[in-house]
Amino acid sequence: MSRPTPYTIVIGLEVHVQLLTRTKLFCGCSTQFGLPPNSATCPVCIGMPGVLPVMNRAAFELALKAALALQCNIAPFTKWDRKNYYYPDLPKNYQISQYDLPFSTGGGLEIMTPQGPKWIGLIRVHLEEDAGKLLHDETGRGGDSLVDLNRAGTPLLEIVSKPDMNSPEEAKAYLEELRLLLREIGVSDCEMQEGSLRVDANVNIRIPPEHAGGRKPLPGRQYVATPIVEIKNLNSFRAVERAIAYETQRQFEEFQESGKQLGEVSKATAGWDDVQGVTVVQRRKEEASDYRYFPEPDLVPVEVDQAWLDRIRATLPELPAARRKRFESQLGLSAYDARVLVGQGLAFADYFEKVARECGDAKAASNWCSNQVLAVLNERKISIQDFPLAPEALADLIIRVKKHNINAQRAREVFGIMLQTGETADGIIKRLGLDVSFDAEELRELVKKSIAANAKAVADVKAGKQKAMDALVGFVMRETKGKAPTDEVRRLMNEELAKV
Amino acid sequence: MALTGDQVRWVAHLARLELTEEEFQLFTGQLTRIVDFIDQLQQLNTEGVEPLAHALPIHNVFRPDEPAPSLSVDEALANAPARKGDFYSVPAVLD
Amino acid sequence: MQLIERTAAELRALMAQGEVNAVQITEAFLQAIRAREPQVQAFLHVDESDALAQATAIDQKRKHGWQLGPLAGIPVAIKDVLCTKGQVTTCGSRILENFVPPYDAHVITRLREADAVLIGKTNMDEFAMGSSTENSAFKTTRNPWDLERIPGGSSGGSAAAVAACEAPLAVGSDTGGSIRQPASLCGIVGMKPTYGRVSRFGLVAFASSLDQIGPFSHDVTDCALLLEVIAGHDKRDSTSVYRPVPPYSRTVNTPVKPLTIGLPREFFDEGLDPEVNACVQEALKVYRGLGANIKEVSLPHSRYAVAVYYIVATAEASSNLARYDGVHYGYRAPDFDSMIHMYSRSRGLGFGKEVKRRIMLGTYALSSGYYDAYYLKALKVRRLIKEDFDRAFAECDVLMGPTSPTPAFRVGEKAENPLAMYLSDIYTISCNLAGIAGISIPCGFTKAGLPVGLQILAGPFEEEKLLRVARMHEAQTDWHLRRPRL
Repeated sequence: MSRPTPYTIVIGLEVHVQLLTRTKLFCGCSTQFGLPPNSATCPVCIGMPGVLPVMNRAAFELALKAALALQCNIAPFTKWDRKNYYYPDLPKNYQISQYDLPFSTGGGLEIMTPQGPKWIGLIRVHLEEDAGKLLHDETGRGGDSLVDLNRAGTPLLEIVSKPDMNSPEEAKAYLEELRLLLREIGVSDCEMQEGSLRVDANVNIRIPPEHAGGRKPLPGRQYVATPIVEIKNLNSFRAVERAIAYETQRQFEEFQESGKQLGEVSKATAGWDDVQGVTVVQRRKEEASDYRYFPEPDLVPVEVDQAWLDRIRATLPELPAARRKRFESQLGLSAYDARVLVGQGLAFADYFEKVARECGDAKAASNWCSNQVLAVLNERKISIQDFPLAPEALADLIIRVKKHNINAQRAREVFGIMLQTGETADGIIKRLGLDVSFDAEELRELVKKSIAANAKAVADVKAGKQKAMDALVGFVMRETKGKAPTDEVRRLMNEELAKV
Repeated sequence: MALTGDQVRWVAHLARLELTEEEFQLFTGQLTRIVDFIDQLQQLNTEGVEPLAHALPIHNVFRPDEPAPSLSVDEALANAPARKGDFYSVPAVLD
Repeated sequence: MQLIERTAAELRALMAQGEVNAVQITEAFLQAIRAREPQVQAFLHVDESDALAQATAIDQKRKHGWQLGPLAGIPVAIKDVLCTKGQVTTCGSRILENFVPPYDAHVITRLREADAVLIGKTNMDEFAMGSSTENSAFKTTRNPWDLERIPGGSSGGSAAAVAACEAPLAVGSDTGGSIRQPASLCGIVGMKPTYGRVSRFGLVAFASSLDQIGPFSHDVTDCALLLEVIAGHDKRDSTSVYRPVPPYSRTVNTPVKPLTIGLPREFFDEGLDPEVNACVQEALKVYRGLGANIKEVSLPHSRYAVAVYYIVATAEASSNLARYDGVHYGYRAPDFDSMIHMYSRSRGLGFGKEVKRRIMLGTYALSSGYYDAYYLKALKVRRLIKEDFDRAFAECDVLMGPTSPTPAFRVGEKAENPLAMYLSDIYTISCNLAGIAGISIPCGFTKAGLPVGLQILAGPFEEEKLLRVARMHEAQTDWHLRRPRL
C-alpha cells in the first residue's frame, strides 16, 4: 500500500493486446514474433498502391470473445475508420481502426483491493491494426532510423478503461486480472516483453480545496483536478505502478507551483524512464492532433446477430471470476485461497481441482497447491504442465498423510522425495516407517487406560475444562510414541468419557 | 468563405506538402473559389438524412485465418528509396 | 478496312478462320503505335518484344489445339493506373516513376487468363485526377479527331489509343466520369460498371468508394466481350460483389422491349452545348423509332453532385495518397533536413499541382472543425442523390442524356481554371456517387468533326440491360464505324 496522500489519484488505462491469430488482420502474413526483419510482409501490409485489406474472421471473432468475457455490450452494427497520421512505421500513413461505432462498449472487470472487491468499468473495446517497428540509432549521433514492417497489420484489441482506478496498486491489479482473463480465454498471450500487451496510463489527481494552497476548484468541481498526463513506454506492470506513483506526486508538486488545472492546458504525454525512475513530460502539443477520421471505404461494415454471439459465447471457458466464486461456494475455500489458485492460470486451477477431487479434501489440496507446488514451480521456473507429480500422485500423498496422521514436516519430506525419485507416496511412507496404523480396539484399550490413570484430568473435563482433554490424549500419544492418529484418539476419548 | 493563409499552411502541414510560394498563392485563391462553390451544399436541409459512405449494401466480408506467402525481403525492399541491411532506412526520427 | 480498324470481335473471327494470327495482329497494332504515337501520345510504355512474345505464345497454343481464352490474341491497352507485375506502373506521376509492383491487378490477371495481349500502358491524368489527361507528369495525349484538342480524362490515353486504332480494346478507370467522358470525346464506347462489379485489387486508388474499372472499345459488342472478361468476384477486394457474371456478349443483340427511357431534365440545362444536344436528340429519335417510351424525370439533387464529389473524392484521395511519402517505395527528394521535411519535400516535388490541390481540399474537408460542414454534409447529400436515382429507376429502365456538356476542348483551354475543368464532369459524376452503371456511346459529330457521346445509365448490376439498350441504337446507326484520319 502506498503512503497516504493528501489527494485522490485518478487512473484510466489504455491497453493494447495482440490477438492470437495465425495471420495479420488484413493479409495472410505471419504474426509470429521474432522473425527476421521485413520477412513477413506483402503488398497489403507494406501498403503498396492498389492493394486492399480483407478482414481476418478469426481476429474479429477473438475480439468478440474478449468483449463477451469483459461483459461489454456488442454493437449489432460496426464499421472501420481510417486514423490519418504520418509516421514511418505506418506504411499507409493511416491506421485502420474504429472511431464512432466500435464493435463493443461498456463492460468491465472486478479486481480485489484491500478495501474489498472493486469494479473497474470499460469505455470501449475496439479492433485495429498495429504499426511496424522503428529502430532508432542508439549511438546518439542522429543516424538513420530503420523500419521493420513485420508487425505492421497485426491485429490489436484496444481496451480503454474508465478512470476508475485510484492507486498504482489498483492499476496493477486491473492489469493482472485483465491479463489472466485474456490468457485463459485464448485471446492473447499478453507478453509485455514481446509487445503483445502494451499499456498507456492516463493519470491526474484531485486535490481537496484545503490542500490546494488557496487555489479554488474550477466551477462545477468540488476539488481541484490537475491536467491529465498520458504516460507511455511502460514496459512492465511494475513500471506502471512506479510511474503512476511518481507522476501523481510530480503533478501535486507541479500544481503547487503552476496552479494549472484540468481544462486550462491541453493533455500532455510523458515517457517513463525505467532506469531513472522518472516520468519525462514531453512538450504539450497546443495544436491538438487532427487525425481526420473517416469511414474506411475499402472495408465493409460488420453486422453481428444473436446467433453469432451465442456461438462465440459457447466457446468461452469458465472465467476466472466465476471459478473463484465456485471454489468458494462449492469447495468451501476462502476468498483468498480461491484468488491465489485461480490467479495462477487455467492449467494450475485445473490441476488443483483434480487433486481436490481425488483426495476429497479441497482445503488440504489448496494448501498443498498454493504452498508446496507453487514453491517448486517458482524455484524451478516451470509451469504446471511441466510439474513432475500427477494430480493423482499428490492426492494420494494427501490421503496417506491424513490416514497415518503424518505431521507437516515429515509430509513435506515425503513430497520432496517423490519429486526427486518419482517414488509413490506409499513406498516412501513405508520405507520411513510412517505407516503406523492402530486397530480400533487396541486404541480403545489405551484410551481406557488413560482414563483410569488420570482421574484428576477426567474430573476436570467433566467440570467443563476442555483443556484437560490434552492430558488424556497426550497419555495415549506417549504410549504410542506419537504415532497414534490424534483425531481418532480424541473421538474415542469422548466416547469413553461419556460412559464414565 | 475565403481561406486564410494560415489555414492553407496548416492544411499543407497536415498533408505533408511542401509548397512553393507561387503554389501557395495559387492554391489559396483556387481553393477559396472551390470552397465557395462547395458551400452551395449548406443551402440544402439534410436534417434526418443518414450519411452514405458507400453505395454498396454489403456487409460481413471476411477471409479465413490462413497463411499466404509473404514477399521475400528483397522483393519487399526492391522499391525502397533507401535500404540499410534488411530494413527501410529513413532520416532520424526524434520521438 | 485495315486490320487495325477492326473490332475485337472481327479480329477474333479472322483468327478463328485462320486469316491472320495473333503475331500478325500484334505487329499491325505495334506498327500503328510506331506511326501514330508521335502525334497522339496515348501510351506511356510499350514493350514490343513482350507483346510479341505474348502473341507468339497464343499462336502456339492455337497450333497445339489448346483451349483459348475469349480474348485470345486481341491487343488490349492498359491505363497505367493498373498494377502490372514486374513492369513500371506510374499512375501518371513522378512520385511512382520507377515503381515496379510485385503483383498484377485482378483485371490484369483476368486479361492474361483470357489470352489477351497486353500491348502497353496508357497515359492518364496523374492519379486519375483530371478530365483532359493534361495532368500527366509525362506527356499530353491528343484527341485523334483533332490533335489540337484534349482526349478527355482521366483515362485519355486508353480512349485515344482505341480511337486512333492503336489497340482495339483498352481498360480504364472511372471515378467521376474518367471512362465515359474520354470515350464520348474520342467517339468510342466506354463503360463504368456498377460499383463492386469489377475487382479494384491492383487499381491504384484515387477515391475508393467511387473508383471502378471498365472497358473501352469501338462498339457495344466489344464492350460486352471485355466486360465479361474483367467482371466478377475477387476475394482480395471486400467491395467486389459475389454475383454471377451474365453472358453479356451473348445477349447484347437482344433488344429491350418494352423500353422506358427517362430523361433527367437536369441533364439538359443551360450549360449544354447546342450541338451536343442536337446529337443526343437524334439518338433519342432513334429510340423513339424503335418504340421506346420516353419520359422526363427529375434528379433534383444532381445539381449538388459536383460539390459532393469534390468533397468525398478528395477526402478519400487525401488519405489514399498519404502512402506516397518516400519511405517504402516511390520518389524521395534528395535534400531534406528532417523526417517531416523529407515527407513534405518528396510529396511537394513528387506530386503535380492538381493532385496537391485535391489533397489539400480533401485534407481540409476532413480536418477538425470542418468535418461536419463538409465531409459529413456531403455524405448526406450523397444519399439524397442516390435516392433520386432509386426513384427514377422505379419508373424507367434506363436514363439518357449527354455524357459531356461540350465536345473536346482545346489543349490548355481549362488548365488554369480547375473549377471549369471540374464542371466538365457534371453529367457523369452522380453515377459514381450512386454506385450505378453507365455507358457512353457515339451518337454523332459536331460540325467541326468532333465526336459526341450519349450517356445511358442503368440501376445497380443492370449492365446486361445497359448493353442491350446501347446496342439497339448502335444497330441503327454507323457512328461506331467512323475512324479518324491519322
